[in-house]
Amino acid sequence: MASLFACALVSLLVTVGIVLALAGPTIEFFREVSPLDFFSAQEWAPTFSPASFGVLSIVVGTLNVTFWAILIALPMGLCAAIYLSEYASRRTRKVVKPVLEVLEGIPTVAYGFFALTFITPLIRDNWPGFLGDAPGIFSAGAAGLVLGIMIIPTVASISEDAMTAVPSGLREGAYALGATRRVVATRVVVPAALSGIIASFVLGISRAIGETMVVLIAAGNTPNLTFSPVQSIQTMTAFIATTATGDIGVGTITYKTIFAVGALLFVFTLGMNLISSWLVRRFREVYE
Amino acid sequence: MSDGSMEVPVSEPAARPSAGVQPAGAGPRQEATGRAAGAARDTDVVMRTEDVTVTYDGIPALRDITIDIHRNRITAFIGASGCGKSTLLRCFNRMNDLIPTAEVRGSVLYHGEDLYQPGVDPVEVRRHIGMVFQKPNPFPKSIYDNVAFGPKVLHMKVDMDEVVERSLRQAALWDEAKDRLKDNALGLSGGQQQRLCIARALATSPDVLLMDEPCSALDPIATGRIEDLMVALREQYTIVIVTHNMQQATRVSDMTAFITVELDEHDNRTGTIIEYEETGRLFSQPADPRTEEYVTGRIG
Ligand SMILES: Nc1ncnc2c1ncn2[C@@H]1O[C@H](COP(=O)(O)OP(=O)(O)O)[C@@H](O)[C@H]1O
Ligand SMILES: [Mg+2]
Repeated sequence: MASLFACALVSLLVTVGIVLALAGPTIEFFREVSPLDFFSAQEWAPTFSPASFGVLSIVVGTLNVTFWAILIALPMGLCAAIYLSEYASRRTRKVVKPVLEVLEGIPTVAYGFFALTFITPLIRDNWPGFLGDAPGIFSAGAAGLVLGIMIIPTVASISEDAMTAVPSGLREGAYALGATRRVVATRVVVPAALSGIIASFVLGISRAIGETMVVLIAAGNTPNLTFSPVQSIQTMTAFIATTATGDIGVGTITYKTIFAVGALLFVFTLGMNLISSWLVRRFREVYE
Repeated sequence: MSDGSMEVPVSEPAARPSAGVQPAGAGPRQEATGRAAGAARDTDVVMRTEDVTVTYDGIPALRDITIDIHRNRITAFIGASGCGKSTLLRCFNRMNDLIPTAEVRGSVLYHGEDLYQPGVDPVEVRRHIGMVFQKPNPFPKSIYDNVAFGPKVLHMKVDMDEVVERSLRQAALWDEAKDRLKDNALGLSGGQQQRLCIARALATSPDVLLMDEPCSALDPIATGRIEDLMVALREQYTIVIVTHNMQQATRVSDMTAFITVELDEHDNRTGTIIEYEETGRLFSQPADPRTEEYVTGRIG
């Protein structure tokens, strides 16, 4: 008991510690840069002189990549989960589940190179002209696509757990009323597993927002206020990763900028979690 | 309780042309023939199994079951736990299809048509043959949505409000539920949940109602209400009930089949019907000593 409590306490303290560590330099940052500038300026060039702190460019960069990622990952992850839990034979499930877990463990840098050396050339070579300009070597769309592929196993595996946990009595009740497998899956199992499914979505989106390596390698790392998938962009995480090297001086504006962006990222994920817990409370069907 | 209830279609829907044996209309009820074999091509017989054997993973659980189920009767399956009562019941609406390891051999006739012949859609079977389970299993939705679920997924062109009210009345739940139709069904008591499951099954206007130990999770008062309900529903439906409670069988059923486990030639423990008889006779003058032992041993 006591050791469990200690574990809980440690994780709580770590969270509080992170918030405190972010807060100090962030407050100092906003003493030098007005929040209005931070949120409304068009250009993100914090290390240039004269510097410009329009964070919107990298916020939109993050949203751009995240959008394409979840467009892929949420529907495909959910469909994979429905297939595994409601359609697949026991044998298929026994093989596929561990494969999903292995996929989750592939280092993200591998996905980054997969995007750069395989997906991007594939897209560029087969780009249909009527869609306009083909994407460059670095593009938000290719990074988002690969990020989405990377997140599918996470979404699928957590959703599948939630759906498998739905009591089989509910399925039997529906089948006995003449429901088809599709109806049982969509009208009984998915609603009953909704809180777990939403949790998997939130985790997937959080991973997309927080992911660094793939976007760093495949999206180009150049700030660009655009939602276009064919252009190269920079995300918040990629900015932090490229800027937070050993040689920046503590207390410099660059140093504080990193913390300000980190705090903003933190707010993003916190917001995600609040929205999701609201969604869960609003829509879940409690079955016991 | 049956006020406001609408007539149940007794004629077969066109989707199910039956091979020869037409369902009985509202004709006079015939005396139960008792013995399964005695009622060949009897219009009073709604369902019949012929030499049904069920195996799980290749190991037989039930062997050579031949039994007739009569219209507007309550037929009870009794026997010790694990003898195969549920397995047999699940043959009547092809619920065993959902267990990948289960295999059913022999035929299960519904108005003369084999439900297990190729081309029969189990989904279609289940809309005619409803089922109520041992543990109440309402969906985690509103009371209304629970009852409306069947008609909705079957795309039945009905006045849904009317179907919900009729079904809840038939299940003797209307008075308790009418002011809280939008409430979650899981807020009901266990007995109410089970009556809701009965209402849910009745909403699709089935012909036969299968009930697998519907009272085993309920207290005596709730049990009494469900038993009264079954007797009332018998007027319109054909009911098959599994029970391990022999008093219940004597209270509600017209016919009783006693199932027990025997060792077959390969030393497998398989269930088989020892005696199928009018309930009163089976309990008062059992023909088989094994029935007598079970019946007296448990009641006395
Ligand atoms: N899904 C299953 N898989 C394997 N064996 C089963 C399964 N369901 C039932 N059985 C076996 O079949 C026999 C009959 O079970 P069941 O029909 O549930 O009996 P009852 O309802 O009379 O208690 C038992 O020996 C049981 O272990
Ligand atoms: Mg049973």
